[in-house]
Amino acid sequence: MATLEKIRAIVAEQALLDPADLSDEATLDDLGIDSLGIVEIIYAIEEEFFISVPFNANQPEASDFDISSLSAIAAAVDRLVTDQTSA
Amino acid sequence: MTRRAVITGFGAVTPLGITAEATISAMQAGRCAIGPVDIADGDRLTHPIGAQIKDFDSAAHFSRSEQALYDPAVQFSLVAAAEAMAQAGLSDGVPIPNRAGVALGTGGGGMCTVEDSYRIVFAEGKNRVHPFVVPRLMANAAASHIAIRHGLQGPAFAVTTACASSNHAMAQALGLIRCGAADIVLTGGADAMLIFGVLKAWEGLRVMSPDGCRPFCASRNGMVHGEGAAVFVLESEAHARVRGATPLVELAGAAMTADAADVVMPNQDGAARALAGAFSDAGLCAGELGYINAHGTATAASDRMECAAIRQALGAAADGLAVSSTKSLHGHCMGGTGAIETLAVISALRDGVIPPTANRREADPECDLDIVAGVAREVPVAAALSNAFAFGGLNAVLAFRAIG
Repeated sequence: MATLEKIRAIVAEQALLDPADLSDEATLDDLGIDSLGIVEIIYAIEEEFFISVPFNANQPEASDFDISSLSAIAAAVDRLVTDQTSA
Repeated sequence: MTRRAVITGFGAVTPLGITAEATISAMQAGRCAIGPVDIADGDRLTHPIGAQIKDFDSAAHFSRSEQALYDPAVQFSLVAAAEAMAQAGLSDGVPIPNRAGVALGTGGGGMCTVEDSYRIVFAEGKNRVHPFVVPRLMANAAASHIAIRHGLQGPAFAVTTACASSNHAMAQALGLIRCGAADIVLTGGADAMLIFGVLKAWEGLRVMSPDGCRPFCASRNGMVHGEGAAVFVLESEAHARVRGATPLVELAGAAMTADAADVVMPNQDGAARALAGAFSDAGLCAGELGYINAHGTATAASDRMECAAIRQALGAAADGLAVSSTKSLHGHCMGGTGAIETLAVISALRDGVIPPTANRREADPECDLDIVAGVAREVPVAAALSNAFAFGGLNAVLAFRAIG
């Protein structure tokens, strides 16, 4: 499954929605996901992709991990997978 | 004038049933819920027995995201609290949120969460745990979630005194009502630690029974663990009357003492001081007591000490009342046990049925009180005590009075 589809499934589970209803550009805020939900999504991503995500809930915007939309998350995950498997 | 406190609602999730009334019915029938435990790594336990809650359907009560956030101890507490609030006629909320609180006992807090997380990081070598481990395991989680769910905005906290946690919590709740800090307090206690690591730790103390809980029996050979929660709506008598709530029993008094002696060996003097303190705090004399729900763990030392303490505190009146230990039915539910045993007291005071001590094969001459054994006894009871004597030498005895 492509990264974006895996992210869509993870976020949909957290949002209690059908993955088909989540657009690539949907934001977590649009989907009604609160700060605890974001932390659960980060955890699920780490489990799914065997990566460590640099995310600090105190400063989400300052973290080197873009969660502004599903496609942004997928791109960030791809970058981390590349960095952390080649390291 | 002292503000009196009455129980206007109760709820429970116990090995005997997943409501308070189901638990009371099972107690009255003398049904024993102790048997083989079905838990991870249970085959590594020397004595894999306990009173396990087996018919609790978590998914029927909680969404997937709630299940991720609530340790089993919290789940039991929330279901019990909702039952209690419904019975008290408070399902739609309390009249004044700032005047309602929570005082909930727990011995271990979220021990299942601790164990599961340790298993993941230590046994399975993983380097990350679920993000909610901290809010799941904290000892005040159940108190907090009850406050959140029911909008209780006054004093709320957890009380932890090992096996006496519920009784200490209920004593605190009584204090809050009496001193005017709250009109309603949800109180009681919960523990869910019928799990490998905890039972393995208890094995180390060499006080666990290999085959069953037989309080006051000459051949008793130790305690058996249980799990569960009971929660009560404790309310000022005037507040309950004004809003037309029906009181079940009065929590008339309480006393707490510390042995200040040994950390595990029971102490007769500390227990006796708590017994005497409780009925005197309730304005009762020993002769008015009809029933004592004993701590009755079925260890050799504790039962013998408890009977001697009852004699020391009550004198000749000790021969005029009935005693039973319902731990023989639901096991020792740790920090939740005092609250669950309050249901036995309610059975006696409300229904005139004293639940029995199960499994007693032969009387122990060193426990020479009127032990209700085998089958329940039907007799009107006007006032009763409930004992809890914890490791650490911390004792709390509650005194109850029937209504009307």
